[in-house]
Amino acid sequence: MEVPYTVKPRLDTGLYNSKLGIWLFLASEVMLFGALFSSYILLRAAAPSWYAGPDVLNVPIGTLNTLILIISSVTILLSWTSIRLNDLKKYKLYMGATIFLGALFLFIKVYFEYLPKIDHGHIPSENNFYATYYTITGLHAIHIIGGLIVNLYFLGPGLKMYNKEPERFCNRIETAGLYWHFVDIVWIFLFPTIYLLPGS
Amino acid sequence: MSNSKNIKEEINQYIKIFIALGVLTVITVGIAYIEVGKMWIAVLLAMIVATMKGTLVAGFFMHLFHEKKIIYLFLGITLVLLCALFFITFGSVYNQVGEIEQGVIESTSSYIH
Amino acid sequence: MSDHHNEPFWRKYIFSVDHKIIGIQYGITSLLFLLFGFTLMLVMRWNIANPGQAVPFIGGLLSEEGMLTPDRYNSFGAMHGTIMVFLGVVPLAVGAFGNYVVPIQVGAPDMAFPKLNMASYWVYFVGGVIMLSSFFMPQGTASSGWTMYAPLASIANTGETIWLISMLFLITSSLLGSANIIVTVVQLRAPGLTWMRLPFFVWTQFITSFLLLLAFPPLQAAAIFQFMDRVFGTSFFLPSGLYVGGEVLNVAGGGTPLLWQHLFWFLAHPEVYVLILPALGIVAEILANNSRKPLWGYRSMVYSGIFLGFMSFVVWAHHMFLTGMGTTMAAFFQTTTMIISIPSVIILSSLFISLWGGSIRFNTPMLFALGFLPMFGIGGLTGLPLGLASADIHLHDTYYVIGHFHYVVAPGTIFALIAGIYYWFPKVTGRKTNELLGKIHFYGSLVFMNGIFFPMFFQGLAGVSRRLYDGGETYLHAQGAIQYNDFMAFSSQMLFLFQLFFIYNLIYSLFKGEKSSSNPWDATTLEWGAAPSPPLPHLNFKEIPNVYRSAYDYSSPDALNKGVDFIPQNKKIEKA
Repeated sequence: MEVPYTVKPRLDTGLYNSKLGIWLFLASEVMLFGALFSSYILLRAAAPSWYAGPDVLNVPIGTLNTLILIISSVTILLSWTSIRLNDLKKYKLYMGATIFLGALFLFIKVYFEYLPKIDHGHIPSENNFYATYYTITGLHAIHIIGGLIVNLYFLGPGLKMYNKEPERFCNRIETAGLYWHFVDIVWIFLFPTIYLLPGS
Repeated sequence: MSNSKNIKEEINQYIKIFIALGVLTVITVGIAYIEVGKMWIAVLLAMIVATMKGTLVAGFFMHLFHEKKIIYLFLGITLVLLCALFFITFGSVYNQVGEIEQGVIESTSSYIH
Repeated sequence: MSDHHNEPFWRKYIFSVDHKIIGIQYGITSLLFLLFGFTLMLVMRWNIANPGQAVPFIGGLLSEEGMLTPDRYNSFGAMHGTIMVFLGVVPLAVGAFGNYVVPIQVGAPDMAFPKLNMASYWVYFVGGVIMLSSFFMPQGTASSGWTMYAPLASIANTGETIWLISMLFLITSSLLGSANIIVTVVQLRAPGLTWMRLPFFVWTQFITSFLLLLAFPPLQAAAIFQFMDRVFGTSFFLPSGLYVGGEVLNVAGGGTPLLWQHLFWFLAHPEVYVLILPALGIVAEILANNSRKPLWGYRSMVYSGIFLGFMSFVVWAHHMFLTGMGTTMAAFFQTTTMIISIPSVIILSSLFISLWGGSIRFNTPMLFALGFLPMFGIGGLTGLPLGLASADIHLHDTYYVIGHFHYVVAPGTIFALIAGIYYWFPKVTGRKTNELLGKIHFYGSLVFMNGIFFPMFFQGLAGVSRRLYDGGETYLHAQGAIQYNDFMAFSSQMLFLFQLFFIYNLIYSLFKGEKSSSNPWDATTLEWGAAPSPPLPHLNFKEIPNVYRSAYDYSSPDALNKGVDFIPQNKKIEKA
């Protein structure tokens, strides 16, 4: 027999397996980014001086990236509603848009933020402001890359499952969407904390 | 899978939330340029707006507002433990013995001087 | 569903998604790591008893003169701790026992995510290979203790970076595995298997998985920060003005070593409960089965386990009492540490009381399970002075600490895991182990475990520090306590010899052991009552069982009415 409740939810919990699984994974990610944030706050509070975010970081670029991620959250939701309506064409369009926006986020970050900074000699070892900036945004970027790989899989080879088990495939897109939204939420907190707070 | 009328309403809701998020993003940047004087007020305002945005994404996009009890239980436990990590660590570092000159770090590195 | 009957060898035994194969893979790999960690300790113990002398047989591997140099001693020490905890005990307790037994005990055909399960094993394997590879790197292994404290670990010119990379793999493997166990227990319980009918072993694995899931990420964050410090020259853990070798270190500064300690111990304290909970679960199963009566206080044990799991997250800085902590926080952590001893005592007491009035069968698993009880008792009780801040001032970083935690893990957890191997061997292989060899293994191990670790309490109280290359030879205050070192080295060698009986027994019984029925122990839980020995590949059961009764229906009125002393969980009794 197959592992039960991969598609139909179990009656007493009301969940299918991968929904519980992804929320547990996200709980662990909350602890990860929570530990990073706590460390950042501790290091910052204890430091004799700290740059004001807007003096050193590019706020318009950061704002643009914030909006890009929020839009990509909407497009991945639309890809999920499309596949539930059996509209394969719209699904591919919206999932493709999500991937494009995620890649755009990374491109803007690397090309307009990381590279110019490194050119000016601002590397992580310069001081703890840059150390935390590169480490925390870098780890977030790695999570975006992970999400892009998953989404690309569901746009490409993973789509085969839709022909055989459409409902299970829809659940997978919901699960992938939950992960993507979480990465968006992390950025929603990261952006004001790192880019916008005044200095001391 | 699901009927199209419900889904159209769902999509409408997503669009409305998206607009709210856009407005809140503008507010986020806007309040950063207001001189509030004290650091903790700036932090508090930034966190309030970020929490509102995060709640909208979690509640509507991630469907947390209509999730099952067991998910609430596990997430609740996570949040409690995260608060434990944060507040207790903070409390420990600020409760360190030693001279507080320019901030906590001086006291913890008192073995150097 | 793919055709399981005609799978090629590599899909059936190497890259299998069957939780039983994966459990066995975890089991064999972790036992090999345990053996390797043991041999590191043998060399260290010999060296402590004979400081400065060339080590026999393998001296040539260690250094030119054949002796264990102080640097190499430090590297062995750091690796012994790391390998035993992260590559040995936890993968055996959770990866092997958890993966193999939990799905069958809840009546499921497999874990909730079989492919993720396979991935978690291979990520663990790769992490283990990376950790071992550090022995062959020019920089050598990490040598700043398994605790990797900054600033030493951030600036040492040895293999700490490989340790950090390996930990990223091991933590990932652990996260995948723990999510899998939680979903399996929540979602895949067989019809009729309510939460309070679960075997206590499943409860302990469930709670352990939460500890792993939520406590590891802060260590992952810390490992990333320390990696940045080592490789990119950042100062997350390096304060300003740190003197190294007479010069101020050329880093930006502004960090604090305390941050590493807080993040590390936030994991490492729940980690020790990860080490003990599965062991308590195994012992509970074996005690109930071999006393032919239900567990006493099952409900209290479950609630205590849950409370223990939660409390384990708020006691961590009792490892940090000597870092200059203020009295408020010291009082806080002291209080939570004292409180956490309560659920532990409730569980241990319940296990003891479960024996009262029982019809005890002294087979090999039962001997190890019984041996566990007083050993864990000693380990737990010796922890109490350490949890009190004022007593800890004298005992911190001494051999007393080493004695305490080894009692809980070595004659504690490892005895329980060995008991579990003897207990479930007939289920996994369909054959029984040799009882005489098992008894010899038990008595020898019990005597020499105490021989190694009991004198450590005397040494610690005398003030002998831990991590000393020469075991205290050069310290005046230690002279009254170091005479035990010879006996402890001898005990460690004898302990090793007695493990050979175990290894021989397992290998011999695998091929030539007496064939076993599906329920040789007359046990009640689903893996015995409803599945063959070994369980069916990929399916476990011919059909998913229904559960009608609690997990420990031994000598109940229903059973005795039928003339037997147990009823399996999946058996329906028609009331006349």
